[in-house]
Amino acid sequence: MDRFRCLMKIKKTFLWPAAVLLFLALPLVIDSNYLISVLIVIGLYTIIVQGLGILMGYAGQVSFGHGGFFGLGGYAVAIMTTRYGWHPVLALLAAIILPGLIAAIIGRPTLKLRELYLAMGTMGFGILIHTMFNEAGELTGGPSGIAGIPYLTIGGLTFDNDIKFFYLIWAVVLLVLFGINNLIRSRVGRALRAISESEHAAETAGIDTGKLKLKAFIFSALLAGLAGGLYAFYVTFVSPAPFGFNTSVQFVLMAVVGGLGTFLGPLLGAALVVLLGELLRWAIPLVIPGAGGEYEIIFFGLILVVLMIYRPEGLGAFGKISKSPMEKTPAASDVGLPESG
Amino acid sequence: MLLEVQGLTKHFGGVAAVRDVGFKVIEGTIFALIGPNGAGKTTVFNLITGMLQPDGGSINFLGKRIDGLKPYQIAAAGITRTFQNLQLFSGMTVLENVMTGAHLKGKTGFVKSILRRPGINAEDKQIIEQSMALLGEVGLDSSADLPAAALPFGRQRLLEIARALASGPRLVLLDEPAAGLNSTETKTLARFLKKLRENGLTMVLVEHDMETVMEVADRILVLNFGRGIAEGTPAEVQADPEVIRAYLGEDEQIA
Ligand SMILES: Nc1ncnc2c1ncn2[C@@H]1O[C@H](COP(=O)(O)OP(=O)(O)OP(=O)(O)O)[C@@H](O)[C@H]1O
Ligand SMILES: [Mg+2]
Repeated sequence: MDRFRCLMKIKKTFLWPAAVLLFLALPLVIDSNYLISVLIVIGLYTIIVQGLGILMGYAGQVSFGHGGFFGLGGYAVAIMTTRYGWHPVLALLAAIILPGLIAAIIGRPTLKLRELYLAMGTMGFGILIHTMFNEAGELTGGPSGIAGIPYLTIGGLTFDNDIKFFYLIWAVVLLVLFGINNLIRSRVGRALRAISESEHAAETAGIDTGKLKLKAFIFSALLAGLAGGLYAFYVTFVSPAPFGFNTSVQFVLMAVVGGLGTFLGPLLGAALVVLLGELLRWAIPLVIPGAGGEYEIIFFGLILVVLMIYRPEGLGAFGKISKSPMEKTPAASDVGLPESG
Repeated sequence: MLLEVQGLTKHFGGVAAVRDVGFKVIEGTIFALIGPNGAGKTTVFNLITGMLQPDGGSINFLGKRIDGLKPYQIAAAGITRTFQNLQLFSGMTVLENVMTGAHLKGKTGFVKSILRRPGINAEDKQIIEQSMALLGEVGLDSSADLPAAALPFGRQRLLEIARALASGPRLVLLDEPAAGLNSTETKTLARFLKKLRENGLTMVLVEHDMETVMEVADRILVLNFGRGIAEGTPAEVQADPEVIRAYLGEDEQIA
């Protein structure tokens, strides 16, 4: 038994760095711009879903507006660099801060009301901002968007090809993963986990649950904005299409499919949904000639249903930080507080 | 006077769960709240801790009105509680439960937590030390790393008490801490409560186990149908005819 544990431990300590190194070597062996661009997109979505996962998995709130925050980040970079000539780094900062500010404005009143108000508020925001991207022609370029976004340059390093972007994006993914891992193990992380287990008990421990949920929401919006900003520098072009309500729903799907409150869930969820999307885009026209994007949504819905039946905890549940298999004792279910409002 | 409740009233729909209830709790004592099922005891706790808003009356703690405050503000003012239906953080370890109970003692915020600046480790280390000491007092230190849900029921009750003590409160509200405990565990619990009182802690105790109540309580308030029907020392309350009637009435219904 002890030897087994020891082996497991060795495996654990070497497995992660090995996996990361192997992954980082991918662009050197893959000779396909298409595959690398898919990996970049997975990385961008992972950043967003990591934040969304904190909001959904711990604060118990859902946002259907993260496509909007993603877009806000993208447009902030596009507008600031092309219209106002801001330095890319400054524009990227704006892409992070602006969604954060807006999240604070939407979140403050809706989070006080608990339950589904944030879901509704964010949905409204997402639709509104998407309409604005389309309609505010002078500022946003309307349906045709804004082209000619310069490359991101950080201290003399210009990110002007896919391989450089691959490393930039995945470095950010790792940083965010690292930061969230810190967060979950800290005082604030314990408070977040407490909210997800019993809001009543969390409040009695002195945790201002409303404020903490707001912070989690702002944090998730900042990350979506960051991903949007990086996306704009990568594609050097933004238009309203990728930032609509569908995108918001896909982010939620990624978070759920990957597994809420799990370490690797966001990555697995983003990867699965992006890869499946690519596969469907290729496969559907072969099976149903002339079919468009509407069939993708049906397939995603089916996948979600199947997954929730066979693996309701999500793909990443094996690496769950806060839960352990032993919790499934009968006493664990006996924690409801039916008599108090 | 540590806690002063006056004219407390709460309706659910047409039903008055708590009607014009008043009592005072002196610092360093154990005040018991007893009464038949549905008498309104838990509702009084929910009102004091801000989980429910009263329809009338006032609650003063350390001379300040606390009714209308949010539960986390009341916790910060120095009142914590345990729950009749356990509300442990069941996916967390025993130690983490107590550490979370000590939330108010820490200062580390969101950004600092993400960056894991050096100061955090020092703060966490201190909170771990204090939490382990507290677990030692309730005899749970050897289970510190188990998931809370893996503990037997009686020990989960003790863990909830430890968690409620972790922030260093002035007043702790205990909702049926002996429910589900065997007689040995109940005796240990009574001894522990008395020890806490010796250390200066004030407690309000809701409990159906009369032996424990009579043994540990300094004063008792009896509730029936949301109304206070008698208050006094254990001996006075036991001799009160209306109390006897309330309890006999309940027995007849059960039989
Ligand atoms: N949130 C609520 N909504 C509606 N009715 C409630 C609520 N909480 C309590 N009640 C009702 O108020 C009355 C008092 O309930 P309470 O839980 O305070 O009794 P109790 O004295 O704690 O009883 P027990 O000894 O069974 O725990 C009961 O009739 C109960 O059904
Ligand atoms: Mg009760």
